[in-house]
Amino acid sequence: MWKLRQRVVSLLPLSGTLFAMIVVVCVKQIPDPADPGALDPETKTLRRDVKLILDESDSYGVEMGLQLVDAAGEGEVRLVSMAPRNEVGGLRTALAMGAASAVLVSDEALAGSDALSTAKVLAAAIRRCEPDLVLTATESSDGYTGTVPVQIAELLGLPSVTFGKEIEVADGIATVKRQTEAGFDQVECPLPAVVSVTAGVVEPRYPSFKGIMGAKNKPVDELDLAGLGIDPATVGWSGARQEITDVAVAPARDAGELIHDEGDAHERILAFLDDLKVL
Amino acid sequence: MGISKIWVFGEATDAGATASTLELVTRASQLADTVEVIMSGDAAAVAGVLGAHGATAVHTIGPIEGSLGGPRIASAIAGAVEAGTGPDVVICSTSYDGRDVAGRLSAKIDRPVITNVVDLVADGDRLLGCEPVFGGTTDVTTGFTDSGTAIFLVRPKSFTAEESGGGPAEVAEIAVGDLGETGSATVKERFAEESSGPKLDEAAIVVSGGRGLGEAGKYEMIETLAKLVKGAPGASRAVVDAGWVPYSYQVGQTGKVVKPTVYLACGISGATQHLVGMKGSANIIAINKDEEAPIFGIADLGIVGDVHKVLPKLIEALQARG
Repeated sequence: MWKLRQRVVSLLPLSGTLFAMIVVVCVKQIPDPADPGALDPETKTLRRDVKLILDESDSYGVEMGLQLVDAAGEGEVRLVSMAPRNEVGGLRTALAMGAASAVLVSDEALAGSDALSTAKVLAAAIRRCEPDLVLTATESSDGYTGTVPVQIAELLGLPSVTFGKEIEVADGIATVKRQTEAGFDQVECPLPAVVSVTAGVVEPRYPSFKGIMGAKNKPVDELDLAGLGIDPATVGWSGARQEITDVAVAPARDAGELIHDEGDAHERILAFLDDLKVL
Repeated sequence: MGISKIWVFGEATDAGATASTLELVTRASQLADTVEVIMSGDAAAVAGVLGAHGATAVHTIGPIEGSLGGPRIASAIAGAVEAGTGPDVVICSTSYDGRDVAGRLSAKIDRPVITNVVDLVADGDRLLGCEPVFGGTTDVTTGFTDSGTAIFLVRPKSFTAEESGGGPAEVAEIAVGDLGETGSATVKERFAEESSGPKLDEAAIVVSGGRGLGEAGKYEMIETLAKLVKGAPGASRAVVDAGWVPYSYQVGQTGKVVKPTVYLACGISGATQHLVGMKGSANIIAINKDEEAPIFGIADLGIVGDVHKVLPKLIEALQARG
C-alpha cells in the first residue's frame, strides 16, 4: 500500500546511486475461479481445457515487483509462467500492469505436473532472467500446495523468505516482514533471493488503457522443455511418482433451521448460544 | 508388513510443543513401528511430551538463534536419507515453517510432496494422504508409487492429540549439511501482534466477517462481538485480499482450518474455499442477506437478514448482560 511505497523510497541508498533491479515474478494462469472446476474422469487431474486468467494471488507479487523497481529507480519486472497450449491470457494482464516481458513454458510432457515439476520448470526459466529478486504468491488459488516458492529457491540454491507482508530492498539486501503465528518477524536476506508474498499486502493497480494496448507488443519468450534443457522424464506424469488411489464424495453436512430476520434474530442467536452454554 | 519409520517435523514455542506437532506424532504412532521427531532448539524440554504422544526419539539440529529453520531441518533430513538412516515418511504440519521444510526437502532429495492432507491411512507398507478438493465436496486419496521417501504436508487439526503412555523420547543431535547461500536469511527482530483473546484456531467461538460487511470499517463489529463472547475474530479470503485484515485472520482452504464449538459467519456467502476451513465446527450460525447463499446449506441456525441490523443488536444485548 502507499505506506510501503513511502518507506521503500526513504531507504534508497544515501549516495543516490541507482541500481537496475531485475525482479522476476512467477505467475500462474488458472481457470476462472468463478467457473466451477472438474476432474478429468480419465486422468483424475484438474481439467485445464478452459480459458485461463491471471491468478489473483499473483497480482500482489506483480504489484510489489513494480513498486520495488520504481523505488530502485531502474530495472524491470519479468514474468515467468508455465501453462498449457502457450496460454497468454493471464500474462497479458500482468504485462498490462507494467511488467516488461515474460518467459512462458508450454510442453505436452508437462501435463500432470505436480508442484515439484512446476518448480523445476520455473527455476530453469528464472535462471535465464538473472534476477536480483524472485517474487511468488504464497500459494496458487487452484492448487494451493504452497511448496513451489521454496522448491524454486532450493533448486536455484537461493535463500527464501515465505509469507512476506512487506519488502524493502537496499544495498543488496531484502528486508522482509514475514508473517508468523505470533505476529511477524523482520528478516534480512541477501539478494538474489526468493520471497513469497501474502495476498492483500499491496493494492494491485488496474491496467490502464495504454498499458493494455502496450502489453500486446511486449515480448513473450515461448519455450518448451527442450529449450529449457529439461529431460521430459523428470517432470509431468513421468516425474510425479504418485497415484490417486481413491476419489470419494465427502460426507455432507445437513442444513438446520433457516429463519428470516424480523428484528429479533439476535435473540435467536443468544438463545442458541445459551443452549450450548458457551457464553 | 507395515510402515517402519516416520519422522515428524517438530515445532515448539516457549510454551512447549505445538498442538499440531502432538497431533501428528499421535497419528504417526498409530501408523508406524517407529516415530521420531526432528526439530531445532531445546529438544530435552519437549522430549517428555513427545514421548508421551508416541515418539521414541527426537533429533535436534541444536539452537538456530535467528536463522530460519527450513533449509537447516531439510538439510539434516536429506543427510539422513542419503546415509540410509533416514525415515520412510516425513510429515510436516501446514505451518509457516512446515511448508519451508517440506518444500526444501522435496527439491533436495527430488521427491514430490503430498499436500493439504487431512487424513493419513496405511496401505500395506506405504502411507496414503487424503485431501479435500472442490470445497470439500470430494475427497481424493493419494500415495507414492515407489519406495522412496514420502513427504506429506498435513493440515492442523486433522487429528486429535492423545497420550499413549510412552516414556520421554531419547534426545539425539543431528548434523546440518553445507547450506551454501540457502541458509543466509536471518531474523533480526520478532514482533508479537497485540492479541487479547484466544487464538483463531484454538477459540471455542469464532466470529468471522465477509464481504457482506460492505466496508473495512465495519469489520470492527466482528472484533467487538468476538471480544464479547471471548472468541476469536476471523475473516473470509475476500476481505483478507481486500486488505481489511491480515492474512492471519483468514479461515479457509488457503487460511486456517478452525473447528470451534460455535462458528458465527457474518456476511459470508460460503465460497467453497471458505467452507473447507470451517465446516468441521460443532455448530454453525450464519447471517446473510441472500437466502440462496451456500453457507446456509451447512448452517445449524441460518438467519436471512442484514448483518448491519442484526450485529449491532446482538452486540448491544451482550453488552447489557455485562
